[in-house]
Amino acid sequence: MGNGNRPPAGTRGPSEGRMSRRKLFGFGAAGVAAAGAGALATRSLVEEPPAALAVDHVSTPVPFYGEHQAGIVTPAQDRLHFVAFDVVTDKRAELVELLREWTAAAARLTQGREAGASGAAGGPPEAAPDDTGEALDLPASALTLTVGFGPSLFDDRFGLADRRPAALADLPKFPGEHLVPEISGGDICVQACAHDPQVAVHAVRNLARIGFGRVSVRWSQLGFGRTSSTSRAQATPRNLMGFKDGTNNLKLEDDRLLREHLWARGGDWMAGGTYLVTRKIRMTIETWDRTSLAEQEAIFGRDKRAGAPLGRKAEFDPPDFAAKGPDGKPYIAPDAHIRLAHPSSNGDAHLLRRGYNYVDGSDGLGRLDAGLFFMAYQRDPRTQFVPVQMALAKRDPLNEYIKHVSSGLFACPPGVRDAGDHWGRALFA
Amino acid sequence: MSRPASRGPGLAIAALALTGLAACGSGEPAAVGASAPAEPGKITVAASDTECRPAVTEVPAGTTTFAITNGGSKVTEFYVYAPGDRVMAEVENIVPGLTRDLIAELPAGTYETACKPGMVGKGIRNPLKVTGEHKPLTADAKLARATADYKRYVKSQTGTLLVKTEEFVDAVKAGDIEQAKALYPVSRTYWERIEPVAEIFGDLDPAIDAREADLAEGEEWTGFHRIEKDLWITKDVRGDGPIADKLLADVKTIVAKANATELTPLNLANGAKELLDEVATGKITGEEDIWSHTDLWDFDANLEGSKAAVQALRPVLEERAPDLVKTLDERFAAAEAALAAHQRGDGWRPHDELSKAELKKLSDAINALGEPISGIAPIVAK
Repeated sequence: MGNGNRPPAGTRGPSEGRMSRRKLFGFGAAGVAAAGAGALATRSLVEEPPAALAVDHVSTPVPFYGEHQAGIVTPAQDRLHFVAFDVVTDKRAELVELLREWTAAAARLTQGREAGASGAAGGPPEAAPDDTGEALDLPASALTLTVGFGPSLFDDRFGLADRRPAALADLPKFPGEHLVPEISGGDICVQACAHDPQVAVHAVRNLARIGFGRVSVRWSQLGFGRTSSTSRAQATPRNLMGFKDGTNNLKLEDDRLLREHLWARGGDWMAGGTYLVTRKIRMTIETWDRTSLAEQEAIFGRDKRAGAPLGRKAEFDPPDFAAKGPDGKPYIAPDAHIRLAHPSSNGDAHLLRRGYNYVDGSDGLGRLDAGLFFMAYQRDPRTQFVPVQMALAKRDPLNEYIKHVSSGLFACPPGVRDAGDHWGRALFA
Repeated sequence: MSRPASRGPGLAIAALALTGLAACGSGEPAAVGASAPAEPGKITVAASDTECRPAVTEVPAGTTTFAITNGGSKVTEFYVYAPGDRVMAEVENIVPGLTRDLIAELPAGTYETACKPGMVGKGIRNPLKVTGEHKPLTADAKLARATADYKRYVKSQTGTLLVKTEEFVDAVKAGDIEQAKALYPVSRTYWERIEPVAEIFGDLDPAIDAREADLAEGEEWTGFHRIEKDLWITKDVRGDGPIADKLLADVKTIVAKANATELTPLNLANGAKELLDEVATGKITGEEDIWSHTDLWDFDANLEGSKAAVQALRPVLEERAPDLVKTLDERFAAAEAALAAHQRGDGWRPHDELSKAELKKLSDAINALGEPISGIAPIVAK
C-alpha cells in the first residue's frame, strides 16, 4: 500500500485474463476483415514490414519522454477519451504550475502508476485519496496523454498573444457545418488513448481533478474504435459506415513524409510539435444503412469489403483516377470521397488521421447518436486540413449523411524531454 | 437535504454528548427590549440602513459587550470579524427599533465590525482594534477554541432559525401565502448554514427537509418542501396547519439537540466539505427547491456555513498549512463573487432564470473550492 504502483508490465495475475480478452478482440476484428489481412500480406511483399513493432501489447507502457509527444505516431490504441479545458484562473503562474503538476501526473499515469504519490489507498484515512482508484490492478494499456493549446489561449490573459503560431490560424467557416459552441474549441486539450477505456477515462478524470480552480472541463468525448491505423503493422479499421478508414494515412514508418507533413519546423516553441484538428462528425447512420451497396461504394470510391479503390484489386493499390469502366465513365466518380480527399487533389496535402468512432447513446428520436470523432495531426492546417475539408464540404456526396457538430484546433508542443521538463515549458519561457 | 445514501462520516460521527444547554459566553442574544439606554461598559452601535457606528474603534482584550440599536427600516445583523472574515461573534435578526446585546471575547488584534441591513452582502464595515495582554494558545487549545467558536456560530444560527421558522409557520397557518413565500427562503437560510450538524440526528433531517423525490412509496412527507409545494403549486395551504406545527416542533427539537452536541475539529472540516457537496449536488442543479426556485438562497447559506466552519479552524490551519489558507481565501472569495453576480435586491435570482453558462460558472467555483476544502480534514486530524 502506498507505493503508488500498479503491477508492472508483464505481471501475471488478474490482468492476464483482461489481456487475453483484448487480444481475442483485436485479432478477432482483424480476422473478420479477411480481405484486409490479405491486402496487408500482399503489401508486405513490396515493403519490408517493421517486424519489431509490437503494436497491440496491452501491458507495455509507451515511453512518456521524447523528442515528440507520444500519442501521435504511436500505433493507434483502441480507445479514446478526449477532453478540452477552459482556463479559469487569470494568473499565468497558476497555469504554469498546473502544467507542471499535469506533466508529473501524466508521466506516472502513462507508466501504469497512480496519479499522486500516496495513491488510491495509501494516504491518511481522513484525506481524500490523490488517485481516484478505478485503474488499480489494470496494466498501462499503452496509455498516451497528448496536450495541445487552442487559439483562445493566445489572447491577452497570459501574455501569449505574440507567441501564437501563424499555423494556428482560426479555421474558416466550412459550408454545411453546424458547430455547437459548447462542444467546440477550448484553451487546452488532452488526448488520452489506451487499449482499455477505463484507463483512458481514469487519466482524464484525474487530470481534471488536479485542474479544479485553474481549468474547467469545457467538453469531452469518448471514442471506442480507432478508425485509423498509424502504423503499417496495424490493419486498417472501419468507420461506422462500414468502410475502411485511413488506408492512405500517414504512418509512423513514413519518415520522409512525417518530416514534410507532420512535424513543425523552425526554432520557436513549436519546433518538433504538430497541429491537431478535431471534428465531431455526426452520421445519420439509419439513412446510410438504407443506401444501396453500389451507391455507398460510389460515394466513397472504394470497394466495401476489401477497401480497394474502385477499379483496382487490393486495399493498398493506388487509386487510378483516370481509369474508365466499360461504360466510359471513370471508376472513381469525379466527386467520390477518396478523390476529393486525395493528396493529388489537394496540392499533396497529407494528414495523420487518428480518429475514433463514437456512440453517445441515442438521440431521443429513435436513432443512435453516432459518428466519427475525426482527429488529424499535421504541420500546417492552412495548407493541409483546410483545403481538403473545403473541397469535401463543397462537393462530397457523403455530406447528405453527415454533419460536423464540433470543431477544435490545437497546437501540440514538442515532447517532454525529461523529468525536469514540462508541457508548454518553451511556450511560457 | 443530502441524500441519505451519500451521508458520509462527517458530523455524524460526533460523540452525541448531550451536555445540556451550557451557555458559552458570547453570541447570546440578550435582552430584546425597546431601545434601552446604553449601560456602562457596553459599546453602543448605531445601526441604520446606511450606517454602522460603534461608539469606539478600540477596546481592551477580553470580554466586550456591544449594544446594537437598529435605527433603520430593514432587519439587520451585527458581526465582529477576525481577518479572513472569521466570525468572532454575531447577532442576527435585529428588527427596526430594537436594541440587542452581543458579548464577544476578543484577544488582541485587528478586527472588523459589520452591520448587514437586509441581512445580506458583506455589510457596512469598520475597523476595530483590540489591545492588551493576549496569551497564545497551545495547539490543543487552538483546536478546542475552533470547536467552541463554531458552536457559538451554531448557537446564533439556531436561535434565528427558531424565530424565522415560527414566523413562517405563523404565515402558513394564517393562510397568508405571499408572506409565507417571502419567509420560506429566509427561514431556510439558517437551516442550510448548519445542516451538517442537523444531519447528525438522522430521522429529524428528513422530517424537516425531505424532498418529494426522496420519499419511498407510502412514506409520510412533512417539512419545508411539502409546504413549498402547496405555496407555489397548489396555492392552497388550508390543510397545512398540522404540517406547519410539526415543522416547528421538529425544528425546536433539533435546535436543542444541535446546541447540546459536542463537536470535534474533524466534524468541522467534514461539515465544511459536506455543505459544498450540498451545493454541488442539490443547488446548482435546482433540485433543492424545485417549485420555489429559491436554490440560490440555500447556495448562499451553504457557502456561508462552510466558510464559518473553515474560519473557526483558521488559527490551526494558519499554523499547519498557510498555503492552504491562502488558497481557501482566494477560492471562497471567487465563489462568493460568482454568486454575488446573481443577487437581486435583498435576495437572489430564481434558479430557473440562470442560463447553463451561468450555472457552469457557479459549478466551476464550487469545484475549485471543494478540492482544497477536502484537504482540511487530514490537516486537523494530525
